[in-house]
Amino acid sequence: MKFLGFAAGIAATVTLLSTTSAFAVTQISWWHAMTGANAEVVAKISKDFNASQSDYELVPVFKGTYPETLNAGIAAFRAGQAPDILQVFDVGTGVMMAAEGAIKPVADVMTGAGMTFDKSQYLPGIVGYYSKPDGTMLSFPYNSSSPILYYNKDIFQKAGLDVNNPPKTWNEVWEAAKKIKTSGAASCGYTSTWLTWIHLENFAAWNDVPWATQQNGLAGGDVELKINAPIFVNHFQALADLAKDGTFKYGGRTSEAKQIFLAGECGIFTESSGGLGDIVKSGMNYGIGQLPYDSDAKGAPQNTTPGGASLWVFGNKSDEEYKGVAAFFAYLSKTDVQEYLHQKSGYLPVTLAAYEATKKSGFYDKNAGRETPILQMIGKPPTDNSKGVRLPNLPQVRDIQNEELEKMLAGQQTAQQALDNAVARGNAAIKEALDN
Amino acid sequence: MGDAWIAREISLSPRVVFPNKILPYLLVAPQLAITLVFFYWPAGQALYQSMLRQDPFGLKSRFVWFANFRKVLADPAYLNSIKVTVMFSLATAIVAMVVALLLAVMAEKAVRGKGLYRTLLIWPYAVAPAIAGMLWLFLFNPSIGSLAYLLRSLGIAWDPLLNGTHAMILLVSAAAWKQISYNFLFFVAGLQAVPKTLIEAAAMDGAGETKRFWTIIFPLLAPTTFFLLVVNTVYALFDTFGIVHAVTGGGPGKTTETLVYKVYNDGFVNLILGDSAAQSVILMAIVIALTAIQFRYVERKVHYG
Repeated sequence: MKFLGFAAGIAATVTLLSTTSAFAVTQISWWHAMTGANAEVVAKISKDFNASQSDYELVPVFKGTYPETLNAGIAAFRAGQAPDILQVFDVGTGVMMAAEGAIKPVADVMTGAGMTFDKSQYLPGIVGYYSKPDGTMLSFPYNSSSPILYYNKDIFQKAGLDVNNPPKTWNEVWEAAKKIKTSGAASCGYTSTWLTWIHLENFAAWNDVPWATQQNGLAGGDVELKINAPIFVNHFQALADLAKDGTFKYGGRTSEAKQIFLAGECGIFTESSGGLGDIVKSGMNYGIGQLPYDSDAKGAPQNTTPGGASLWVFGNKSDEEYKGVAAFFAYLSKTDVQEYLHQKSGYLPVTLAAYEATKKSGFYDKNAGRETPILQMIGKPPTDNSKGVRLPNLPQVRDIQNEELEKMLAGQQTAQQALDNAVARGNAAIKEALDN
Repeated sequence: MGDAWIAREISLSPRVVFPNKILPYLLVAPQLAITLVFFYWPAGQALYQSMLRQDPFGLKSRFVWFANFRKVLADPAYLNSIKVTVMFSLATAIVAMVVALLLAVMAEKAVRGKGLYRTLLIWPYAVAPAIAGMLWLFLFNPSIGSLAYLLRSLGIAWDPLLNGTHAMILLVSAAAWKQISYNFLFFVAGLQAVPKTLIEAAAMDGAGETKRFWTIIFPLLAPTTFFLLVVNTVYALFDTFGIVHAVTGGGPGKTTETLVYKVYNDGFVNLILGDSAAQSVILMAIVIALTAIQFRYVERKVHYG
């Protein structure tokens, strides 16, 4: 009883305190999907922002996985309870863009608060992806990543491969994978996470070939998929052939293959740069290389497209709230904040200044490979094929692609059939979505 | 004999009449309110939504009557999903019941520690579906699962990630495992209700154990079996979302996408709310039909208590 009374007293005091402080400052709600080390980054950034000024209080709330967070935001909007800021993953970008009446472009939020959003300060590949065709910045790039190649140096050694020279083209990957398998250095040569993101979307950008018409959907309008072009077919047929004897091992639709690589089953692995933390933690003797490109592609390697997530601002909020959001975004763009985010989480810095500062600090000399995803993204100015992909229903289209690719890997259809089906079903689904 | 006795009992007992005209309604009001808020309201919403075409944010919507239903029913993926669901439900119900009956018969025969066996066999029922799914997923995960390792060393190319049949086997195992306890309870109760005199008489007439089981015990268990068949089918149809979500996510391809999982996937992943609502309305119709069958045919034959 005594304890209960005590607890109730504390609860009452806390409630009182929090209501008093709510009168003094404007609360800014931020729904996010970050877990583990990345959640700690969110907590620290929020705490530091709140300590840096006294007009606004940023309240981060964890809402589950990326799709769950997007759904929570949509449901809340429909109920008239939307948060100020919602973190939406790359795939949901098209969904948010199609909802013009629901969101407020970040560019407008900044100018409304009397600030300017200087795009030249940010990494061009990232800014391009989160902008409208007319160049208006729509969302704030919070965490961006890019796919890279990881390899197990011990397995390379055993297979008699050059430990300091990871494969650069896909043909070299296939050859190395076969050597790993046949030499018995490991039971599988190569595995990959996210086939849709890495082998279709980034494959197209990196080799400078179209993934779809209309600048891969960025220009809007009737978009048609182009992923059954010969270069894709050849690539996937090679993958399907390697899958037959287990030289390539499929892990699943998202990041499941990481387990296979971490268990030492496969020697070569392609995965997001954001996955580095787990590989470091495993204590593996690993190496990092650029994402491989197709040796038949003329412009390759071009540049990779950003994955990860960005922060969207909902419409119909008070001016005070928008000012708070703008202040937070300005804070997020600070060089030391970006440096912290980049070095702690493994995501890319979004400003050039933060990148330069990290470089100057000698971070990349001490942490080999951490610069690779940035160089891939900013190495060349993006072309119409490499700004990213955007559809109002990208999650659905990726599902369709995954289904067809799984059938292909199970030996039920060829790469040509799989990609033809993926294009036909995907185009029908896109038409349907645009018709809504 | 039992039926006749119950019928007489009912006809002899006087009808209970409330003298107060309002009180009965007041007494059922809370229950009615709950049903209205948690069933009729959402069901009505689903019905309305199923005739709308809407963008995810609800900014634009159009009333389209039954176009969503037509679309859903003409969709090969939906027809595939029906096939998957029927196969999955039947397999789950049959496996769960056969294993449960076997275990119940065995547990009844145990001379010592009957209570312990029963307790242990009932445990899995307390495990949440998603947890059960994860458990099986870990055991049979191609790269880290201990049982997958065993299967591979036996020369079986176990790969539920790409092989639809393997994925289905994994799913049915997880779903059935969770339901075995429930069936076990009912079968144990059913077995205890079988009159010992009948069995002893048959034994004296020279009927062996197998013969006694098939000619006396099994027919007397028929009402329990039929009841469990309906309950298990309903369970497999509607209560296994967590397991599918945790184990296969509907893949590989669409080989394990059940009707309930497709409602979720179309509504919450693909954000096609109209299609998803139309599918839920169809599911609602199926539940109503199954419940009607249960009340009409099963309730009559099974006596509780």
